[in-house]
Amino acid sequence: MAEPVARETWVEIHRIVLAPGERAPQVPEDTRQVPLEMRTKGFLVEGAAIGEDAEIETPTGRRLRGTLVAANPAYTHGFGPPIPELSTIGSAVRRILREWGGEG
Amino acid sequence: MSRDSSYQAVMGRRAEIVQRSVGIDYARYATGAIAFDYEGLLADTGYDLEAVRAVQRRTAVGCTPLVELENITALVRSIAAPGKGARIFVKDEAANPSGSFKDRRASLSVAEAKKRGYPGVAAATSGNYGAAVASQAAKAGLRCIIVQEAFDSQGIAQPEIAEKTRACEAYGAEVIRLSVGPELFYVFLHVLEGTGYFNASLYTPFSIVGIETLGHELAEQARERTGRFPDVVIATHAGGGNVTGTTRGLRAAGADRTTMIAASVDLSGLHMASDRDFNRKSFTTGHTGFAIPFTTWPDRTDVPRNAARPLRYMERFVTVTQGEVFYATQVLAELEGLERGPAGNTSLAAAIAIARELEPDRTIVVQETEYTGAGKHPLAQLNLAKRMGIEVLRGDPRDDAPGRRIVIPEHPSQIAIAEVDLDRVRRSYLRNALDSLPEGVRLTDIDLDFLAAETRTDRTYVREIIDGLR
Repeated sequence: MAEPVARETWVEIHRIVLAPGERAPQVPEDTRQVPLEMRTKGFLVEGAAIGEDAEIETPTGRRLRGTLVAANPAYTHGFGPPIPELSTIGSAVRRILREWGGEG
Repeated sequence: MSRDSSYQAVMGRRAEIVQRSVGIDYARYATGAIAFDYEGLLADTGYDLEAVRAVQRRTAVGCTPLVELENITALVRSIAAPGKGARIFVKDEAANPSGSFKDRRASLSVAEAKKRGYPGVAAATSGNYGAAVASQAAKAGLRCIIVQEAFDSQGIAQPEIAEKTRACEAYGAEVIRLSVGPELFYVFLHVLEGTGYFNASLYTPFSIVGIETLGHELAEQARERTGRFPDVVIATHAGGGNVTGTTRGLRAAGADRTTMIAASVDLSGLHMASDRDFNRKSFTTGHTGFAIPFTTWPDRTDVPRNAARPLRYMERFVTVTQGEVFYATQVLAELEGLERGPAGNTSLAAAIAIARELEPDRTIVVQETEYTGAGKHPLAQLNLAKRMGIEVLRGDPRDDAPGRRIVIPEHPSQIAIAEVDLDRVRRSYLRNALDSLPEGVRLTDIDLDFLAAETRTDRTYVREIIDGLR
C-alpha cells in the first residue's frame, strides 16, 4: 500500500522509549498514562515504507532504528493568523504618547 | 552497546557518565556536609574575563549593542507620577550569532570540548541554548546532539521548540525530540554514554563564566552612555544562570551598587512534567516553573553541583503575567522598532512597572533580548493557546490564570510586578538543604557560612531558620 521511501532520503523515525508502565516514579498521573516517545531524523539507510521498521544515519553519523513516520518531514510551525487582542496595542500606545506630548 | 540500557541501569550509572562527560571531579570541591568551594569550582575553569572575551571574539559572540528605549521611557513617564520614570535601556543580545545570550554560555563549553579532544558535544535543552551549542559546534567542527522535550502525547509540538528544532538542524546538529517527561535525562545520559560526547550542560562552571562578559559589557556601556553604572539590571530568570553570571560580571566591572532584579513569568498552577499542561504554557522558559525550584534548590540538574546559584545574587525577585509580556513585546516592536522573541521580554515588562517608581535620572538595563521568528512569536503562542481552549482577552492582567486565561493589558498602566517574598524563598532553600543532608550528619560552621552565602544572609539568620525548621 504505502510507497517505499528510497534509501538516503531525509526521514523521521519514531519509537517508544518507555511504555506507560515504565515511566519514572516522579511523573504526574497524566504523564504516567502515556508513553515516552522519541522522534529523530536522518538519512534512510535502506529503502522502507512508511510504518515499517527502518534504520537511519543521523547527522552525527549514529545509526538508529524506529518506525518510519515521514519522508522529508516539513517544518510546519509558523505564526498563524494575526491576534486581534494584539492588533490595536501599537496605535493605542502611540496615541498615549501623542496626547501626553512629553519629551519622548 | 553491551551495557544494560534500561532506565534503572542507565540512571544507576549517572555519576560516572556525568563525570566523564564534563571532565570535572565535583567531589574534590566538597568542604563540608553541604558546603563546597564554589569560587574554586569557577576559578578552575581557567578562564578570566579576558580569556572568555578572547574565546567569544573568535565566534562573534558578545559586544552586543545597548539600546536606549526612549519611546518606552516616554510611555512610562506618561503614566508615572510627576517626577518619576527611569530611563530604560536594553542589551540587544539577539545580535549574537544564534540570536540569544545563550551563545555566551555555549562558547566556553564548546571551546573546552574541542581543547580536550571530545568528538562532539551534547546538550539537554528545548530552548535557545540548543541553537547556541549547535552554532558553536558548527564553527568548531564538532558534532552535536540536542535532546529536546518537544511535543505532547497528541503529537502537538510547542511552536517555540519546533523552531528550535529547525534552528539546531540548520546548524547541522542531530536533534532528538521527546514527548513530555523528566526521563529526558535518561535519554540524555544514554546519548552521552554511547557517544562519549562532552556534556555542554547549562549548569557547568564554563556555562556560567561565559555569561560574565554580559554583565561586564552592560556596566561599561551604561557608564559610557550615562556617566555611571546602571541603578538596576533586570534579568529574565529561569534556571539561574542569567542572574548568576550577569551579576558576577557587573561586580567584576565595579558596579557594586547596581541592584539585580530577577523577573519570571508567572506560570503557577501548571505542572512542568504534565503532559496535559505542556501546551497550555505560552512560555517555554523564563517562567516560575523553572525559577522557583532552581532558586530554592539549584542542585537538581544534569551536573552534581550547579554553577548557577541565583539566590546568592538576586536582590529582588518579581513576576509578571504572560499577557503583560506579550503586551511588552508588541510595544517593543511598535515603539522601538525592535521585533524580538517574547521570553526575553519578561524583564522588559517588569522594567515598565519598576521604571514608574524611580526618578528620571535613574537607569534600568533590561539585560537581554532574543531573536524572534516562526513559532517563537506571540502570534504562534496565542494561536496555540486558543487551540488548547485557553481564553485570550484584553483586560486587567491581574485576572490572568495560567493554563486557563491570558489577559493582555488594555493600558500600559496596568502592567505591574508581583514581588516574590525572598525570605520565603530562603526558608525553602534551607529546608531543601536540610533534606539533602544524609541521616546523622551534622552541619559544621563551614556549612553555616556556605548557607549564609547561598542565601545572602549571615550565620545567625541561617542558624535561626534551621533551628525553626527542626
